[in-house]
Formats: sequence, structure tokens, C-alpha cells
Amino acid sequence: MTGADIILSVRGLTTEFSGDRGDVRVLDDLSFDVGRGRIVGVVGESGSGKSMTALSLMGLVPQPQGRVSARSITLDGQEISRLGPSAMRRIRGRDIAMVFQEPMTSLNPVRRVWEQVGEPLAIHHGLGRRAIRARVLEMFELVGIPEPKTRLDAYPHQLSGGLRQRAMIAMGLICEPKLLIADEPTTALDVTTQSQILQLMRDLRDRVGTSIILITHDLGIIAEMCDEVNVMYAGQLVEQADVFDLFDRPSHPYTRGLLASIPRATEPRAGRRMPSIPGMVPNLARLPAGCRFNPRCGEAMPVCLQRDPGLMAIGAGHAARCWLHGRNGEGA
Amino acid sequence: MTALPPMPATDAPEALEEASFLRDTLRAFRRNRMAMVGLAFVLLLVLGAILAPWISPHDPYRVELDEQLLAPSTTYWLGTDNFGRDVLTRILYGARISLVVGIVPSLISLMIGTMMGILSGYLGGKTDFVVMRLADMMIAFPSLLLAMVVMYTLGANLLNIFIALALVGWASVARVVRSQTLALREKEFIEAARANGTARTTIMLRHIFPNVVPTLIVLFTLAIPEAIMWESSLSFLGVGVQPPEASWGLLVAKGKEYMFQAPAVAIAPGVAILLTVLAFNFIGDGLRDALDPSMKD
Amino acid sequence: MLMFALRRILVSIPVLIGITLILFIMLNVVPGDPIALMMKEHASADVIERVRQQMHLDDPLITRYLSFLWDALHGDLGKSIKLNRPVTDLILKAFPNTLMLAVSAALVSWVVGIPVGILSAVRRDSFLDRFFMGFSLLGVSMPIFWSALLLQYVFAMKLRLLPVSGFYGWQYMILPAIVLGWSSAGVIARLMRSSLLEVMRLDYIRTARAKGLRETGVITRHALKNALIPVVTIMAIQVAGLLSGAVITEAIFSIPGVGRITVNAISSRDMPLLQGAVLFATVLVILGNLVADILYSVLDPRIRAQMRNET
Repeated sequence: MTGADIILSVRGLTTEFSGDRGDVRVLDDLSFDVGRGRIVGVVGESGSGKSMTALSLMGLVPQPQGRVSARSITLDGQEISRLGPSAMRRIRGRDIAMVFQEPMTSLNPVRRVWEQVGEPLAIHHGLGRRAIRARVLEMFELVGIPEPKTRLDAYPHQLSGGLRQRAMIAMGLICEPKLLIADEPTTALDVTTQSQILQLMRDLRDRVGTSIILITHDLGIIAEMCDEVNVMYAGQLVEQADVFDLFDRPSHPYTRGLLASIPRATEPRAGRRMPSIPGMVPNLARLPAGCRFNPRCGEAMPVCLQRDPGLMAIGAGHAARCWLHGRNGEGA
Repeated sequence: MTALPPMPATDAPEALEEASFLRDTLRAFRRNRMAMVGLAFVLLLVLGAILAPWISPHDPYRVELDEQLLAPSTTYWLGTDNFGRDVLTRILYGARISLVVGIVPSLISLMIGTMMGILSGYLGGKTDFVVMRLADMMIAFPSLLLAMVVMYTLGANLLNIFIALALVGWASVARVVRSQTLALREKEFIEAARANGTARTTIMLRHIFPNVVPTLIVLFTLAIPEAIMWESSLSFLGVGVQPPEASWGLLVAKGKEYMFQAPAVAIAPGVAILLTVLAFNFIGDGLRDALDPSMKD
Repeated sequence: MLMFALRRILVSIPVLIGITLILFIMLNVVPGDPIALMMKEHASADVIERVRQQMHLDDPLITRYLSFLWDALHGDLGKSIKLNRPVTDLILKAFPNTLMLAVSAALVSWVVGIPVGILSAVRRDSFLDRFFMGFSLLGVSMPIFWSALLLQYVFAMKLRLLPVSGFYGWQYMILPAIVLGWSSAGVIARLMRSSLLEVMRLDYIRTARAKGLRETGVITRHALKNALIPVVTIMAIQVAGLLSGAVITEAIFSIPGVGRITVNAISSRDMPLLQGAVLFATVLVILGNLVADILYSVLDPRIRAQMRNET
């Protein structure tokens, strides 16, 4: 992938929180790229740092407890990691937009939908009410809200969850951003609505060419939607691969564990417990020594308890943070 | 691959958790500087009130007509009132009334309110309806007027102040306790107890009550300053503690006639009220933040 | 909306009846004779007999209660014993003064409390926040009669800027309004602060930030309206606190209002007057709560929708 094809390039993104009991590093040295017009997945259990990645990129980490740093973050070639709050604010909503997990609570209950969806236009382009209303109507049509005219003046509680999420997506895309970050956009929705929303996002990518970072805990969604995948565990990237490699040759025991816990429709249900990775994501304030996954890993070796393996390349565009690949990927 | 071994169990046993909850609470409370200042002030006040007969420089009731309305001096630190009585001594004796009036009615209204709240929340149905309508009515009365009516009918003395303030205070306690009980009712451990066939009274006493105790402690410390305020207001209006007893509200009321000649007579007892109420509020806020961080702000 | 208001009014009727009953019982079924309570020892037999007749004290209690309720419904609260005039007249004559005091005090408390609360929330944990919150705690912890005395002393006696007491014009209302408003300004400031902080944690505030809205825009366009809802409703509920405070304020500043009537009724042991004044104040509080509920539904479209579905 050449530089011009890359819309977002992140190097060494680290986020720390200071709390009552000292500092906690919630994101540790993340580096990844998002290609133009690509959908890049970020997957992991809750607490792995997926959402924090999104907030860090948006400059929305709660202040003053949270501190974000990076060697470099470039958006369409422009360095944005050193921008001050007001420069960052001008990028938010215009160049990078975000769709949140909870469509029910992410809209202001006391303001009409069109005002909220169109607000980025007023902020970034200074458009008047009439122009905004017309543009919101277009966006409602684009994201497939039925009877868009009558929905403009609705309050959020008058829309179903699926419609609200469509409205959120319309809000995200209204300034034609270079990058859309969708944080678990379908988790709060029922299965049918879920696939409609995913379909919509894929459609929009194909038609408008939006680059998307899709954050999810669901590998099924990753398989369906993404081009490349970043697997996160305890604030670190543990595996990076394109989607085919990831499913064909999962190289980190954690990824394999995640894959094993996808329910398969073909398997007989009766008498089978769905396998899952035992244990839980460790407390970031009390991380184990060595590889962070070692307490839950079935293949842990002595070296895993002592030293962090670091992200190792194991193929073209494929890397894993695991000692099993310690000698040029022989262990895989 | 599915057979990943479980993580070593790190869950602390329940007893340990409880101990650490208490320890965390205490530590959070101790770290709250204002709360500690409040506590120190209250302890001093309690000590002063108990030891008043021994440490107070003068007799609180003896009239010295040739020493009326003296300015503060080394003999009379805060001056004397219109009967020549030492203001500081009167305030010290007033602390006895204020503390008792702060604590006793708050305890009574807390007891009534807790009982009503738990019954109302746990039993629901008619009990809930009746208790809550009763609470609605008590809350609709402007508190001071209600207390004044009680004092009118029963007569102005300390015991009746207790009754009046308890009557004013129980309803809001009942409301808070009820809403907590409603939330607790749905918790698994209550449902488990119910499924085991535990008697209702046992569930209310053993399972619900202990869980509202932290809230009760906070409500109690915040009820004390309120009661002190009401008592001083009633006494100020002449329907509370009667002379020659030295209630702070009464001292201000009597002193206000001599505002020009000797402002300290009226101002000093007011400062005592202000500081005491502030101190209890600091303690209450500190306890609330320590016991339930989610209630902060 | 109208249906909702009507239903809320219907619900408060039993509460009102219950209150009249409690009040009636407290004043009439007391240990001892209400006449004795009113007259103390020194009253001639004739006078006692006349009052007994006038108040129908020889009828059974329930009859007396029902006729009290019936009369009250018709605006007849009986006759003042000491002043020998209809209680309703006395109260209605005094009420405008109390209303003016309460309204100006409420204005003071909002004008001070709301901006202070907002600033504290925005500059959370700053020096300004601590200062404001300390100040409001001071306001809440000061007995009204004492702060009144202090202000009287400083502004009326020492500086001679304002009249000490009485009620002969607007300038007589300044000190009382500040005294009474000051005590609830603290409550409003603290509520405004916590309400705004609460709202600032919600998801849609994050959405607003994600749009690239300035922090001031986030607050004024998205947070404030929601945060004001509980504050506005507390304003209506404030009525109870203001009435309690008015009793003391009126007593200190010699304002001829309902509060002073109540205090006078107690000291002159004028039971019908006391009964009428307390009943009147309580009706005001219930009305205030009613207004609060209705305001709440006007301000929050979610509640509004709920109402529509229910009615």
C-alpha cells in the first residue's frame, strides 16, 4: 500500500489515565494504518481498549485524567497528533466522525433529530437552517430512513433503535469525513436491524468511499465487513492481519480462542456448551509480567512469563505478539 | 484450543471484601479535610457541652443587673446580656440543647422513616400506598408551620420540640429508604432468600435493613444540622425552648433587641449555630462521598 | 397536556383532604380543651361560652370537621377570635405582601444560584468552584433570622442605606428578599452544579463533542436545557421552603404577611386564624408541586410522550 492510499496512519499511540492508585496505561504503543476506502476492524473483549482507541483518535479522552501521546498520527498526510484542542475540534465531525454504540442515549432527548444530525454543518461550514434542513433530508434518504420528511422534526424517543442508528450514521457522514469510526454500531440493536445497518455501512463505503474503522467484539461482523483486522488485548495490539489471513491462519492463541468461541449454526446445539476463553481481561493496574495473555494461555512457555514478545512480523501484512513465532514464525 | 486453563482464582472472600469496604470508607473519609475539621469541631462542642458546668467561666442563670450589656473583655469574653449574664457561658449551655435537639429527633424520625420506608417498599400494595400518601401530606406541609402547630397544641417545651421535629423529618427518610428497598428487592440475594422461604420480617431485618444502613448514617448526620436549624428558628419565634433556658435561637431573639448597644449578644450565638451546622454538613458530605462515591456531586 | 394537568389535580385532592384532616385533628383533638388552650386560665365564663358557640365546639368532631371542610371549600375559614374578623379576609389582605416577598426572594435565588451552579460545574474542582460551593454551603447553613439580623445591622443601622423594617415601599423589600433568597440560592446553586455535571457525563454530550462543537456550545446547546429540568422543578417545590422562611423573615422585618399572621395567631392563641393560615400555606405548597409536575412535562418531550400515551 502506498502512502497516498493511506488515510490514517497511527504510530505509537499510548493513552494513560491517572487515578487514585497511580497511573494506568490503557493503550500501549498502538500502530496501524487505515487505507482509503477500506474498512478496518478492531476486535477484542470488553476492556481490551477498543473504545479507548477510538476516543484517543478523536481527542475525546476525558480530561484531565487521561493523557494521549503518539509518535505520529497522520490523517490524509496531515500530522494531527500535536494539534491543540481547538485545531483538533475543527477536525472532529468534519474529517473524522464517530458513530457510537448506544443509539438510544447518544442523541439529545430534548432536541429535534434534524437539528442534531445537521449540527456539524452549522459548526464546520456555518450553514443556515434552511440549507441544513435540506441537506439532512438528503442524508436521511441516503441512509435509508423511510418517510424522511416526517422524521426530520421527530424527537429521538419517537424513532426506533435502528432509525436512530441510521440518523447517527447520517450525522457522522454529513460533512463527508475522511474517516468514520463506528464503535460497536450494532451491538445495541436486534439481529435484523443489525444486518441492515451493516449492509448500509458497506453500501456507503462502496458508494461514497468512506474509510471506516469498525470496532466490535464480534468476529462474525469482522468477517462480514472488514478488509484488515487489529486484534486487541489488554491495551495492546496482539495480532494484525488482513481478514482472510486472520481467519485462515490465526496466529495468536487469543485470536484462536476468540475464533473458537464464534457460535456455528451448523453444529448441533444440544448438549454443547459454547466454548469461550476462560478467565478475564486482566486489571490494567495489575498486569502479569511478560506476555499479558500468559495467565489465560494454554500454550504459555517459561519465556512468556518473563518477557513481552513484542509484535512480530509473520507474513505479508501479518503480525502477532507471541513467542510461538519467536524464531521467524517456525512455531506457527 | 478451547481448553484454555482457567485463570488462578483471585476473588477475595466476602469477609475480606467487607473489611476492605470499611477500610476504604474510613480512608476516603479521613482524606476529606473538611469532614475531619467538622468532626473535630463537633467533638470539641460535645466535650464543651458535657463539661459546661465545670469549664464555663460564669453562672448561666445568675442575674447581675449592674453588669448589663458589657462589651467583650477578659472577664466576659463575649460580653454580657441584658441581665448581665455571660454570653459565652450561655452559648456553652445552649450547645447542650442544640446537640440534644439535633440528635434525639433525628434518631426518632430516622427510626420511624426507616420502618415506614422498608415496609412500604418491600410489602408494596396497600401498605405502600397508605404510607406514601401519608408521607406526601407531611412533605406538603411547610415544615416550620407544621412544627409551629405542634408546639401550639402540645405546648412549648423541649420534649414537644422532639415530637414536632420527628413529625417533620420522618417522611423524607421514608421516601429515600423506600426507593432503596425497591432497588434491593430486585437483587439476587433477596430473591434467593425469598425462594428459600425466608420469612418476610427476616428478609426485611436481616437482608434489607443492613444494606440501607450506610444511607441512614448519611441521612442522620445531615438531619442533625437541619433539626438544629428548626429548633433555633422555633425558639427564635418564641414557640420553642422557653427562657431562662439558653437555646441559641432564643439567645439571638433576645439579643436582637440590643443590637445597637451590644451586637455580640445576638451575633455570637448565631455564629455558634452557623459553625455547628456547617460542621455537621461537612461530616455528612464527607460520609456520603466516602460511603457511596456514586452519590458524589 | 390538559388531561395530564387535570389528572394531577385530581390526585392532589386526597392529599389536600388528608392534610385538612391532620391539621384539624392536631388543632382540635388535643389533650385538653382547645378553648383552654386558646384562653389560658383567665377568661370569663361568658367569653368561653360565646367562643364555644361560635366554633360549635359542642358538636361531635366529625360534624365539625365536615362543616369546616365545607366552609373552607366556600372560602369561609371561620372568624378570628382576637380580631373578630373573617380569617379569609385577613389572609387575603396579607397574602400580596407574602407573595411579593416570596417572588422577589425566588428571583434573587435564581439570579444568583443558577449562574453560580453553572460556573462551578464548568470549572469543576477549580478554586472558583470550591469558593462558590463553600459560599453556598454557608448560605444553606446560616439561620435566616441571624443573616437577617446581620444585614439589618450592617445596611440599615450602620450604613443607613435601607430601612430597618416595616413595609411601606419597594426599598423595604430589598433586605428581606436578599435574606430569604440567599438561603435557597445555595440550594439551587448546588443542585444546578450537580445536575449539569450529571448531564455532562451522558452519551449525547460525547456525541456533541464528537461533532466538533466548542465546549461552550456543548454546554449551552446540549447540556443546559436538560440540566435545568430538575432545577426548574425544584423552583416550584421551593414554595414550601420560601413559606417557612417567610414566617421568620416577616417576623423580623415586620412585614404584614401570612407568616406574621401565623406567628401572631400562635402568640395570641387564635386557633381559627392559625388553622386558616396554615391551611392556606399548605394549599400553596400543593399548588407549587402541581406546577412543578406540569412544568416538568412541558420541558421534557419524553415525559410529554409518556403522558400522551397514558391519557
